[in-house]
Amino acid sequence: MAILDVRNLTLRFGGLTAINNLSFAIEDNSITALIGPNGAGKTSAFNCLTGFYKANEGEILFCGKNLMRKRPFKITESGMARTFQNLRLFKNKTVLENVMSGMHCRCSAGIISSILRLPAQRAEEKKTREFSEECLEFVGILDQKDRLAQNLPYGDQRRLEWARALATQPKLLLLDEPGAGLNYDEKKELIDLIKRIRRELGITILLIEHDMGLVMNVSEKIIVIDYGQMIAEGTADEIKNNPRVIEAYLGKDEEEAV
Amino acid sequence: MSAENPKVMEKEIQKPLSPGRFTDMLYELLGNKRIRYSVYAALVITALVIPSFADNYVLEVFTNAYFYIILCLGLNIVVGYAGLLDLGYAAFFAVGAYTTGILTSQFGFNFWLTIPFSILFSVIAGVIIGGPTLRLRSDYLAIVTLGFGEITRIAARNLEITGGASGLIGIDRPMLFGMRLYQIHHFYFLFFVLVILAIFISHRLYNSRLGRAWEYIREDEDAAEAMGIDRVRYKLYAYVMGAVFGGVAGSFFAVKMTAISPQTFLFTQSAMILLAVVLGGMGKIQGVIVGALLLVFFPEIFRGIGDMRMLVFGIVLLIIMVFRPQGIWPTRRS
Amino acid sequence: MSTFDIFLQQLVNGLLLGSFYSLIALGYSMVYGIIKLLNFAHGDIYMAGAFVGLIALSFVSGIVGAGWLGILISMVFSMIAVGLLGVLIQRAAYRPLLNAPRLSILITAIGVSLVLYNSVMVLTDGEFKAFTTDLGFAGVGLGNVHITYTQIILVLATAALMISLNLFISKTKYGKAMRAIALDKDACRLMGINVNKIIAITFFIGSALAAAAGIMAGVYYGSIHFFMGFVLGLKAFTAAVIGGIGSIPGAMIGGLVLGLLEAAGTQLPFIGSEWKDVFAFSILILLLVFKPTGILGKTETERM
Repeated sequence: MAILDVRNLTLRFGGLTAINNLSFAIEDNSITALIGPNGAGKTSAFNCLTGFYKANEGEILFCGKNLMRKRPFKITESGMARTFQNLRLFKNKTVLENVMSGMHCRCSAGIISSILRLPAQRAEEKKTREFSEECLEFVGILDQKDRLAQNLPYGDQRRLEWARALATQPKLLLLDEPGAGLNYDEKKELIDLIKRIRRELGITILLIEHDMGLVMNVSEKIIVIDYGQMIAEGTADEIKNNPRVIEAYLGKDEEEAV
Repeated sequence: MSAENPKVMEKEIQKPLSPGRFTDMLYELLGNKRIRYSVYAALVITALVIPSFADNYVLEVFTNAYFYIILCLGLNIVVGYAGLLDLGYAAFFAVGAYTTGILTSQFGFNFWLTIPFSILFSVIAGVIIGGPTLRLRSDYLAIVTLGFGEITRIAARNLEITGGASGLIGIDRPMLFGMRLYQIHHFYFLFFVLVILAIFISHRLYNSRLGRAWEYIREDEDAAEAMGIDRVRYKLYAYVMGAVFGGVAGSFFAVKMTAISPQTFLFTQSAMILLAVVLGGMGKIQGVIVGALLLVFFPEIFRGIGDMRMLVFGIVLLIIMVFRPQGIWPTRRS
Repeated sequence: MSTFDIFLQQLVNGLLLGSFYSLIALGYSMVYGIIKLLNFAHGDIYMAGAFVGLIALSFVSGIVGAGWLGILISMVFSMIAVGLLGVLIQRAAYRPLLNAPRLSILITAIGVSLVLYNSVMVLTDGEFKAFTTDLGFAGVGLGNVHITYTQIILVLATAALMISLNLFISKTKYGKAMRAIALDKDACRLMGINVNKIIAITFFIGSALAAAAGIMAGVYYGSIHFFMGFVLGLKAFTAAVIGGIGSIPGAMIGGLVLGLLEAAGTQLPFIGSEWKDVFAFSILILLLVFKPTGILGKTETERM
């Protein structure tokens, strides 16, 4: 069953069509990669899916519900979480507080119960803390929980973003260039982590990535877009040998193709 | 901390005792729970014994200071916690004051019964102002709140029910436990209780899911939204909470003064409250209290220089802001 | 008075008021465009301009009289002096805070405003000062409406100032640098533009224009007061936002639009002059809610 079904998505900035009639589907419990040359519209597609851009036309069906033109927080609430290409952590908050932000939409305490610290609110706060710590444990930076996010090394900041996204308890996780800026070892750990997220937490993953080694290794299905349109779709082997992909992408930049 | 490392201590002692250095010491001192609570207890006890020896003038100044602390803590929720610029805060204070004034003087309400109405109308005012505007960029929000502040004041000046330019007079003194509150030390204690309540509520809100949501929004709206936080809704909550603080403070202000006029709710009033919050240290309860105290005490201490005091106040403000833009006692994280 | 007379009268009133708004709005908009600061002290700069102009006029009137020549000389003097004051304020109060939280710099601006109007209040004992000139009330009659030459010249002078500013912004390299800094300060630094100098020039021009407006208001109303900058400053800021803050032509148009609307507003039934500020702010709020970028402001495309 498709967890996400995107139909005829179109996004225009004035005269520029960033995404042109894009349709694709993501299978439940799969790992899919969205690739394409620079400026192909990958991040724009992510921003449409997560509500940061308002797509002009099309449908975004997530678990059967249409998320078209919904505000970002609604989309997160419905179970789609994302990370950002250039990290968007709450820099002046601690690591734990950062992760706790993800739990926000799973809690319900309001003004009155927060002022009076009613039992339900206390229980909720405890749960928030514990679950956030579990998320940190999962990505392996629990020992850093009291440091300020901005003081973490880059690789750990990336992990923190995943932990924060996991804390929203998503069904589908969108990773925008998770490997950017990571070294070889860190990328190996990343691949491992992505696989663990799917295997242990049962979360479906859609990722944008430039590192073809990583993409080929981790994803079961690859979707290639160029000029905002899908030009190919299939397994790593199928994509590698697809003439349109080679023409549009691999042919131009052979280094990245390896 | 530094006692463990004598070298560091030596170095620190050599530094001149600047205001920044002074607050560093305060942080260190108050980092210790026992010291912190003893200091707070000492402050509360001092506040409780002041009326037994101070004269009416001093009590009047302190009561006024308490009143501003409540207003500043309210605005701090909006500005300090949620990071929203509000230049029309006096409008909420006006809503509370006029609600109580009108209901007691023209409809014969008991003062205590006007408070729920005052809260209700503040909430309504907060929603009316905040609802359509909180989606705007922060500078625009500043100018819109300023506009609303002016509209409220001009409306109060020109409407009949608010008593026009001369305002409302002869607002009834409230009764409490069968006793009429009219002397300054009555109001001193009344406002002191309100201050404690305001601190309590601020503290609880700050250390809750709401307080965190406000801080996430303040730091990065988009990231907060991506984490599932409805920014418009939580901004509105902050705005409405600030409005309620202002409204309740306004109600008590009305019965303390027994008269209110539009002159009390000038833009200058909003600017001064904001100034106290930023000067003291946005988002930090202790800092905001220091700011409010400065705002009230400074002109009183310099009463001798007459017209010059606001000028001197402005200059001092500039010096503090240039050398310590984060405020006197800001939130600090290790 | 016929409807046409009222229309004409309010048109003249609106144009004049709008001219003052525009001149002051320009300063707000330029400063906002370049360093994203809501310069609260700008209204007080306008007030300072009026007072410096009055002092200058009292000196030169002994030599050339208080006619147009005297006014022109004192206006030039006041524009330069107050322009320098603006630069001084920027250097002393705003520049140290350029990287501080935005609210801090706003509070600093409120502080500057406090210092400016309180100093003038102390110096003038808080009284109105007569701005006496020899201009008289000669003019042309249109129907029952009398338009003085002073009114006409003031509007023309505003137009002249705005045209020169436009030429400066579009033709000179300083003007180009200003527009570039408004787009990206850091890139300008890398391109070798002396950003601090351009910011100083911006403050100079903005303050000088406000000073010109101050003197013109003195000439028009015949008296000046330490608090005159406050409401006018707020309105001018409103005008800048109406036009699209950061946009120079926007500030000009916004000022005129606000002036004319306000003049028209006084004629509406149930509104009357005591509600005219409410009218102005309501327009502002409606505009911001429905078209937040103002008339000429550009829509910003958000990028993640």
